[in-house]
Amino acid sequence: MTRPSAVTALRSDSARPRKRPRRSGVLTALPWVTPTLLLIAGVVIYPTILMFWTAFRKYNSYGIEQGSAGLNNFIGPAGAFTFPTVPWASVWTNTVVWVVVVVLLTLLLSLGLAQFLNKDFPGRKALRLIIILPWASSVVMTTTVFNYGLQTDVGLFNRLLVDTGILQTAYGFTKDPTSAFWVAVFVAIYVSLPFTTYTILAGLQSVPRDVLEAAHVDGAGAAQRYWQIVLPLLRPAIAAATLINIINVFNSLPILKILNETPGFNTGHTTTTLIFAYKSTLGPGVASALSIFNFFFCLVIIAVYLGIVKPTKEVQ
Amino acid sequence: MAIKGGIDARPNPVGTIIGAAAIALFFSFPYLLMFLSSLKTREEITRIPPDYFPVTPQFSNYLTVWSSSVAPGSSLLATIVISLGATLLVLLIATPAAYYVARFRFPGRMVFLFLVLITQMLQPTVLAVGLYQQFSGWRGYLVWVALILINGAFNLSFAVWIMQSFFASIPKEIDEAALIDGLGRLQTMFRVSLPLVWPGIVTAIVFVFVNTWNEFAAAFILVQDNALQPLTVSMPRFLGMYIRDWQYLFTVAVVAIVPVIILFSLIEKRLIGGLTAGAVK
Repeated sequence: MTRPSAVTALRSDSARPRKRPRRSGVLTALPWVTPTLLLIAGVVIYPTILMFWTAFRKYNSYGIEQGSAGLNNFIGPAGAFTFPTVPWASVWTNTVVWVVVVVLLTLLLSLGLAQFLNKDFPGRKALRLIIILPWASSVVMTTTVFNYGLQTDVGLFNRLLVDTGILQTAYGFTKDPTSAFWVAVFVAIYVSLPFTTYTILAGLQSVPRDVLEAAHVDGAGAAQRYWQIVLPLLRPAIAAATLINIINVFNSLPILKILNETPGFNTGHTTTTLIFAYKSTLGPGVASALSIFNFFFCLVIIAVYLGIVKPTKEVQ
Repeated sequence: MAIKGGIDARPNPVGTIIGAAAIALFFSFPYLLMFLSSLKTREEITRIPPDYFPVTPQFSNYLTVWSSSVAPGSSLLATIVISLGATLLVLLIATPAAYYVARFRFPGRMVFLFLVLITQMLQPTVLAVGLYQQFSGWRGYLVWVALILINGAFNLSFAVWIMQSFFASIPKEIDEAALIDGLGRLQTMFRVSLPLVWPGIVTAIVFVFVNTWNEFAAAFILVQDNALQPLTVSMPRFLGMYIRDWQYLFTVAVVAIVPVIILFSLIEKRLIGGLTAGAVK
């Protein structure tokens, strides 16, 4: 299901089954893969090493390096995890809530959406195109609309909420860190839905019809067919979408940044947004120390992804 | 036992239509609001309480915005240059790698593919401070080069991955015939294989271009000079500064999303095919 439809089409055209790739030596391979390796080494691996190094160095307020810092950037008096004005209990809670709520609700809504889009009805193609909008559009632009719409005075969403009687008076959603956080959760779900829905839709299309028809003939109702046939077959698609979403949502910066207008540390930060707040206030050393936590979290998710989804299976 | 309908039975066509309309509205309302707001006058958009629709749509906003206080021209240029640069870089580098990985087994091939996958799942956000330490000295237009390299590197993997799956789908015999006819490996790739895998290349191009166009974190941390910022970075700045010129913010937003929406809709079929391996946004 991870292969684009065109590939399958091309393959069925070829009369003979695909053979395993031929062997070649490392030396003949080098000219072809070296540019890729160089770019990855220079712009992914090198900054990673630099970040680890930075985390253990001391920097003055101009960002000039001033020798070793030991573990001070992590747990010193001005360390990433111990800085006095940073409410770590709430940062951890926010981070967990942010990732878990956004990823879970996105998945549940996408399961329903994909089921709906998998039906054949007039206008289905147009509807699929419309659903792409939040995926293609820059998250910054989408979030900006929500920021404007939720302004107390000029915001149209606020006016709509008042006009429909949901709110008594316009509310400054983006001025209060708590409501800003939940608006951000909504926007994060909103922009994650298209990718997740498309992935599950691809999974749904790989469910064999004859199996469903056989179950139907045997008297299995729609709900039973869904729980016992469709959902188990969707497991790979769900696993892939969920793990990719965890990484994306965990690393999401612009939504929380644009929607929360209150400055400071005590304002609904996740570990990701805190990195950028640290970078501009406490300097690169402390920001790197926190980044290392984020880096290892991402590595764990990537390892789970490689282990469960096994994307390399098809290139053996 | 009586079996009614089939597995496709839909008892309620009205419900389907209402559902489809609701979904369409849900996924388009911020963009409708964006578009409508971009057509308002300054008086209309700052009225309290606001009106839903502009009285006379000000399409002229799309002309006047360039010389307004928002002046998004330089940002649009930055976004275009960085996106084109990164796409070109990825094409040049990823195509031979994808071709070779699809055609040959060599020692370290799986290691290479794992490296590519790990890179693909990592994001500039998590390495932002390291990238800052590496590139903060790149001043002036060099910062665009830095962003081209960064976006290129982080999107390279997806391109390698998607293109190698397309290359692998072409029967090797076609290549071998070309080799026997006296073409070199490189020529075979360019003249025989590439024309056959163009859907994969288009998909890769669109994905790299759109991802770079929308990238925020690396550009945000690297580009200090307002005049060199891409749209994603200057937009939040406009938001803080020009709060009275909301209509221009929305013209900028529309300009910023229309090209990528068009590009993305071109590869919609391939999205359904499933791009889980690389759909990192």
